[in-house]
Amino acid sequence: MKRRSFIKRTALTSAAFLIPEFLRPLQRYFPSDYRNLVVIQLSGGNDGLNTVIPFENDLYYNLRKTISVPKEQVLKLDDYSGLHPSMKGLQELYREGLLCIINSVGYPNPDRSHFRSMDIWHSASDASKYVNTGWIGRFLDSDCDGCAFPYTALELDQTLSLALKGENRKGLALNNMRQLYNQTREPFFKETLAVAGAESENVAYLYKTMAETYSSAEYIFETTKTFNNDFEYPKGNLSAQLQKIATCIGSGMSTKVYYASLGGFDTHVGQINRQENLLRQFSESSTAFVRNLQKMNKLENTLVMVFSEFGRRVQQNASNGTDHGTANQVFLMGAGLRKKGFYNEAPSLSDLDEGDLKFKIDFRNVYASVLNNWLKADSKIILGKQFDLLDII
Amino acid sequence: MELRSLYHLFSRTGFGTNPSEAEKWKDFNVKEMAARLVNPNTRGVGLSTAEKRSLPGKQALQNMSPEEKKELLKEANGKIRDLNTDWMKRLVVSENPLLEKTTLFWHGHFSCRIGNPYTLQELNNLMREMAFAPFKDLLLAVSKSAAMLQFLSNRQNHKLHPNENFARELMELFTIGRGNYSEDDIKESARAFTGWSFVPGSFEFHFNERDHDDGTKTFMGKTGNFTGEDIINIILERKETAQFLTKKLYRFFVSESFPEARLTELSDFYYQCNYDTGALLTKIFASTWFYEPANQGCLIKSPVELLVGFSRTIGMVPSNEVLLKMQRALGQMLFFPPNVAGWPGGKSWIDSSTLMLRLKLPSLILNGGKIDIMEKDEMPEESFNLPDTLSVKPDSKPFFVNEMPEAILTCLIRPELSDKKSSLLLQSNESKKQLVLKLMSIPEYQMA
Repeated sequence: MKRRSFIKRTALTSAAFLIPEFLRPLQRYFPSDYRNLVVIQLSGGNDGLNTVIPFENDLYYNLRKTISVPKEQVLKLDDYSGLHPSMKGLQELYREGLLCIINSVGYPNPDRSHFRSMDIWHSASDASKYVNTGWIGRFLDSDCDGCAFPYTALELDQTLSLALKGENRKGLALNNMRQLYNQTREPFFKETLAVAGAESENVAYLYKTMAETYSSAEYIFETTKTFNNDFEYPKGNLSAQLQKIATCIGSGMSTKVYYASLGGFDTHVGQINRQENLLRQFSESSTAFVRNLQKMNKLENTLVMVFSEFGRRVQQNASNGTDHGTANQVFLMGAGLRKKGFYNEAPSLSDLDEGDLKFKIDFRNVYASVLNNWLKADSKIILGKQFDLLDII
Repeated sequence: MELRSLYHLFSRTGFGTNPSEAEKWKDFNVKEMAARLVNPNTRGVGLSTAEKRSLPGKQALQNMSPEEKKELLKEANGKIRDLNTDWMKRLVVSENPLLEKTTLFWHGHFSCRIGNPYTLQELNNLMREMAFAPFKDLLLAVSKSAAMLQFLSNRQNHKLHPNENFARELMELFTIGRGNYSEDDIKESARAFTGWSFVPGSFEFHFNERDHDDGTKTFMGKTGNFTGEDIINIILERKETAQFLTKKLYRFFVSESFPEARLTELSDFYYQCNYDTGALLTKIFASTWFYEPANQGCLIKSPVELLVGFSRTIGMVPSNEVLLKMQRALGQMLFFPPNVAGWPGGKSWIDSSTLMLRLKLPSLILNGGKIDIMEKDEMPEESFNLPDTLSVKPDSKPFFVNEMPEAILTCLIRPELSDKKSSLLLQSNESKKQLVLKLMSIPEYQMA
């Protein structure tokens, strides 16, 4: 053995006693009553009126002369509303009672800027307030059962969204289990951890985050690596994210919240083809995900929630597109729905707020219901006040 | 001054310094250093990236084709990116780092996110010009800037249809803080700011008297036919405003935790000297408590502080693309604050992904490597057109040529390390570059 590497080794070994309690490997966590939530974010403001189409409403056809979906092409759900023709999968889920559509979800004093409205949905704040933590992050903060483990909330991306950032705890972003594992196994990572030992609070926080990343990466990689999920998914980015989530769920990971997203819905121009392509991706990949979970007998424990930061104006613009609007649908999917099909009536196209749909349900009522009734958490603490629970799950 | 104290001072009043520079100031005492650093006469040089150019109004926009609109947006966005990288480079080479750092503080305090590069630049320049000025002058100038008038919709604040956006943020975020005013105060003061507008094209402030509500208003217990200036005066008469601002400055320059008595003393001082920001900063940097061990190395560097400090040490500025990509991935992009409340700072900078990238940043740039981070496409109108994968060419000027390992550690690492830990870090006989890389890769390097 060369002298130098010998010194290095002994240095590392002797440093072991410096490692504080929080750096020791995480215990595995086995929850008793296990449920998870999968959030799908449609970024850019999906046009809800061309997603769930009021095909008996003349106003819809009058206000959207060139971009409305012809009645005969609509995938009918009931006598008044139907889905965009590219969403066959979701129509099947609807028929099987695995889909719930909540219409007119929004918030008071809607903001039409993408980043601000997304900020509001992520932080679950009033439009007039600025909150710099996210609702899922605060769920982790709330000391829920098992929430001390960062992999309790996983975002399938390389950077972490505000929604998953709490005051003291944050979720974990990753888009490749092996990649994250390999990164944390690089020598420098271990060497750094080996010299841990911190005096001030903020430095301790850095070491804690590092150690948690290290052990979470290991947990996720070790849990999923032998699990073979050969269910067939369509192509595309959302599909890849959902497939990985299904693998996590199937392999028995105890993650409670998964976060996936699909972008590109900002259809100011030439909406027809673009939205069709995006809705197809969304419908096909989420249907594949639901079927995958069914096959693994895991759908009972999973709830999918789909949102977009706003809907779009009722009247189309001059470029065969639509501009930023307000209220929109939220979709729920799963086998544990108490309310199947439409939760409420379709939005009125005549009673508008300066050309935009009026919201009927605050999105925080949906969050509160998911937190209380599905994740068994205390939504009052997480959302700052008690929002009425909807009878959906 | 003691060497460690000097490094601490330079870390907080700028972005760190090198051993030879620190050596120069060793014979000065803290009072002299503080007076030297906070020089209200230094104006600095403004950014001149964007040319004065008006963007088409609503009507003109409606008449444009989608392609023209897209092109216009792309161009404006590109200019704001240039503004970003020009300022980043300025931060790296500036010989007046405290002026730039204080400007950076105001940039977060008076957060503004709009699509007009010229007015954003002018807002930034006036913050630099008035960084150490009495707060009232700065506040008035910001409130009357075209950028802020646009961002907080004061041009939609009309005599007959008041818009409360500006009035609300003025109190909640810029001056006194939540809990010190009522909803009625917001309504009444919004009326006082009606008529505040700017001239399209020249972007000069314009007071439109016909659109101003000159009726009687009752604001914070006082009644009169107040103007916007009156409202600002009344807010500054409240001691809570001095407390709010002092606390924010303290958290940025000193520490997130503080004894209440010290804060009271400082905010009383700030109030009594008419909110003279330069005087308050001088007082802070000349105090003995500023150099207490508990106040050293306790702040988590913001992404910009990290990138700039690192670049200063290696004597090179990374390419524009790397600068933008890193700011974006680490969660702080100059001129693109998350909202009007600015960047929350502190622990909120840190999550698994950002920390891993922070720890890797030095080796990525010094050794060359690949930044492989997919762009989130959630903000379509502000797409940054950055590639998902970026190759970094290794690049640096010679650094720490003559220094001993201990001196390098003292220069780079702000928190005090235990003897055991520092000897562990210093014991192997690696090359200087390896040592520097190792030191820059420990979490303590993330601290200012």
